[in-house]
Formats: sequence, C-alpha cells, structure tokens
Amino acid sequence: MILAASSATYLATGHTTGAAAQTHGFLSPTGVEIAFLLVGLVTFGAALVTVTTKQLVHAALWLVVTLGGLAVEYLLLTAEFIAWVQVLIYVGSVVVLLLFGLMLTRAPIGRSPDADSGNRWAALAVAVAAAAALVWVVVDAFRTTWIDLDGPAAGSTEATGASLFQNWVLPFEALSVLLLAALVGAIVLSRKAKAESSSPPVNAPATTKSSRTITESSGNAGRSEQEGAR
Amino acid sequence: MNDVLDVALRLLVVFVVFLTLPLIIGQTEHKVMAHMQGRLGPMYAGGFHGWAQLIADGVKFAQKEDVVPAGADRRIFQLAPAVALLPYLLVLLAIPIGPGEGAVGQVIDAGVFFVLAVMGVGVLGSLMAGWASANKFSLLGGLRTAAQLLAYELPMLLTAASVAMAAGTVSLPGILDAFEWWWLPWQIVGAIVFFVAGLAELQRPPFDMPVADSEIIFGAYTEYTGLRFALFLLAEYAGIVVLCGLTTVLFLGGWHGPWGADGLGWVWTLLKTAVLAFLVIWLRVTYPRLREDQLQKLSWTLLVPLSLAQIALTGIVKVVIQ
Repeated sequence: MILAASSATYLATGHTTGAAAQTHGFLSPTGVEIAFLLVGLVTFGAALVTVTTKQLVHAALWLVVTLGGLAVEYLLLTAEFIAWVQVLIYVGSVVVLLLFGLMLTRAPIGRSPDADSGNRWAALAVAVAAAAALVWVVVDAFRTTWIDLDGPAAGSTEATGASLFQNWVLPFEALSVLLLAALVGAIVLSRKAKAESSSPPVNAPATTKSSRTITESSGNAGRSEQEGAR
Repeated sequence: MNDVLDVALRLLVVFVVFLTLPLIIGQTEHKVMAHMQGRLGPMYAGGFHGWAQLIADGVKFAQKEDVVPAGADRRIFQLAPAVALLPYLLVLLAIPIGPGEGAVGQVIDAGVFFVLAVMGVGVLGSLMAGWASANKFSLLGGLRTAAQLLAYELPMLLTAASVAMAAGTVSLPGILDAFEWWWLPWQIVGAIVFFVAGLAELQRPPFDMPVADSEIIFGAYTEYTGLRFALFLLAEYAGIVVLCGLTTVLFLGGWHGPWGADGLGWVWTLLKTAVLAFLVIWLRVTYPRLREDQLQKLSWTLLVPLSLAQIALTGIVKVVIQ
C-alpha cells in the first residue's frame, strides 16, 4: 500500500512539474515528460497489482516492476546514481530476500485464498492518508522548481554525493544509527531463538545466523512444495 | 543521422560480442577440461578439433520440444530465461575495452553501480525458474541461489567500493583513466575477493551448490528443455565474460599494459579477460563442490572481513598519499 502511495507521489511530481509550467506551458509535450507520465502510470498500475493480486510470488514479482519503474523515473529526472542504487538495493537485494522468505515458508503456485486480509479497508485508508501527506509535502516543497534536463545532470553521482555529505550529513548519520540498531536487534532476536530451541543445530561450532537459516530451509522447502502441488 | 548510425553500430558490436565470446569460452571449456582430464574433448563437429561443437549443440537445442510442466506457472516459467540472460547483455554495454569514447558501448556516470545492480537482477531469473517449475528440486535450487546471492553480493560491492575510493570515481572509464600499476598490489586482496564472490554469484564450480547435479539434478533449471535451457547455459557463459571483463577493468588495469597502450589497448583487455576465463575453467576442473554451510561460512567469515580490511587499507593509503 505504501508502495502505491509512493508511486502516487511520483505521479504527483509529474503533475507538479505540470502545475509549475506556466512559463513552460502545461505539460509541454517533450518526450521526457510524456515518458515520465507513462512510466509513472505503469509503476502505479504495477503497485496496485502488487497489493491486490491473490498470488503471493506474483506480488513479489510485480514489486520488481514497481521498483524498477521508480528507478526509470529517477533516470528520467537525471538522478542516475539514485536510480542504480534503487535497482541494486531494492530489486537486487530486498526482493530477493522477500522471494527467499516466501519460498522458505509458503509459495504455492496459483491463488492463495487465505492471502486476503480483513484489514484491507483500514489499509486502504492508511495508504490514501500517507499518499495525501506525501503528495502535499512534495507539491508544497517543489511547487516552483523546474529541472533543466538539457543542462549538466542535476543528479549525477558527484552532485548527489556533495549534497548528501555537505547539507544532509546529520540525517544520513541518524539513518545509519537506525540501521545499526536494527542490525543489533536482529542479532539479539536470532540468538534468543537459538537459546530457546531444544535441539542443537547440526553444525554446532559454526552457527552463524545464515547457516542456521540454511539448515531450516531443507525442512521447510518440502512442505511448501506440497502446498505448491495442490 | 550520424548519431543514430553510431548508436546502432555500437549496439550491433556489443550484441555480436555477446553472442560470440560466451561460445568461445564454452568451446575453450570443452577443450581445456578435456585435456586437463587426459581426454581429447569434441573432435568431429566442424572438422578441425571439433570447433563447431557448440554450434551443433545450438542446432540440437533449437530442434528440441519446448516443454512446460503441467503444474508450472506458465508465464513466469517462460519469462525466466530472458530475465536471466538480458542483464548480462546490458552490463556488456558498459564495459570499456580500450581508451577513449570509442571503445565502450555507453559511458555511464555511475558505471560500477550500474553493472553490479544489473548483474544482481539476473539472479531473479534463477529464482523465478526455481519457483515456477513446481518441482521440489527446482525450488531447492532456487532457495540455494537466493541464499548464495545474499551472501556474496556484499563482498562484491565492498571490494568494488574500494576501487572506486582509490580512483575517486564510480565511472568505469574514469577508474581506468586513474589506474596506476601499483594499484595491483594495493588492491590485490580486493581483486581476489571480487573474483571469488563473482564466481559464487554465477554459480560456477566450486560454488555450484544451487545446480549440484548429484543432489538436485540441475537445480532451478531441471524442468527446462530446448532453447530455454540453452538460454540459461548462455547466461552462465555470458556471466563468465562479464565477470572476467569487470575484474579486468576494476582491478587489473583494463587496457593498460607494459607497452602499446595507445593502439592496442583492447588487446590487453581481451588478453586479461581470456586469462581470467581460463582460470574460471581451471577452478572448475580442480576443486570439489563446497557444501552449503561451507559456502556461507566462506563468505561471512572470510570474504566480508577481507573486503572490509581492503577498504580500510585503501582509505589509509589514500589519505597518506594525498
């Protein structure tokens, strides 16, 4: 849902550029603007399918399309570095992790009738509220900003790095502290689970978190396969 | 019009390279493996030392029936080979083989990130294949692929970051422009980590647990036949080309050589890539397969610390020489 919201934001950015375009003409049909809107529509549609499809793995794969579409939008806004990092982190790692988790637990081929949530209307309300807040912030912040696509790239690696480490160092460091806290939390949780489990893992001296996951995987894969066969 | 022609020509050259180099490496693998094992390898197809063996294989694959299992998720099953193969074609666009604008398909500002990001997408193809086949062995193969990718993506990124720090740029031609010969000993640990992690990402022996034929038949590709299977094989060999090319560009100085850097830079690039590809084949013949836990342990307890140490070393030397 949040994804739908964020892609809605990107659509809204498209409208923003349109609204700010008194001097440039409303949506003056340059190729880049048309491409931006079309890719935005595709991204939005993929995000909608992601949260509405009844097939779990298809949802993850539509997520790939959504995140890839966002990367293309970044590219169109000349933010090349951000675009590749988006592909590297979200498509290459987060979705692979998601698929890994799905395959380990339950990834039946075909529809999962129990994949429906009773909270869907509450989720929709939260998503619309989040989208409205994001759109409002973006519209308010960038109302009169116009990206010059023909000049030097405003989002090149050098420009991004300079602004990140000169103007936005504090948020950057705060984020890294947050990630560190999450990492430590994950380690604490996995160690607690190990202490509670009665049967020691097969390779006791080398129980890193990852190798433990692997030993679990062989047990669960068969089950999810049976589900897949159904 | 001239620009369009230029772009078309570059794309054509990259496409031809994409179709020929993997086949050459595949044929070399047939012959080198055979001779290392005291055999002759293919000798008949094409006449001279079986040079046309892979073309004959291709014809054979094209003639086979394209089977989709009844229980499979049809569309994803059919889409998976393309997802596995196309990223390597895109990566090939960004690898410079010589100095100047003329020797690279497309100059990309954040080239290092581009190649690593797009290579990571290729693994999605194996995951899709493993899941959509509705086969226990395929699913296990897909799981192992995912686990392997998650483990080895990190050291690859860290060592590439080390080179980018040394060069002060993330563009591939920029890194080569900044290259000095003493980077070789300086970045040697990073080079080895990058190469090993890349081998693991390609699922080449000794890291071929995801396709371990004695346990899970052929992993995620078990159910594939005909052309789609051939595309997966082509992806593996294109992956070797890309990995060796990248290691050459990032760590071995690409078109720099002891002499003849001006006109013959591309020869150096191809030569270094070929030597690395030979090494890949050699490793396949030499080492037994790593077990899954050994594989994870190698990455998390050896490669990640080594790459972090390499980054620290790069940072220290960089500060000292400034």
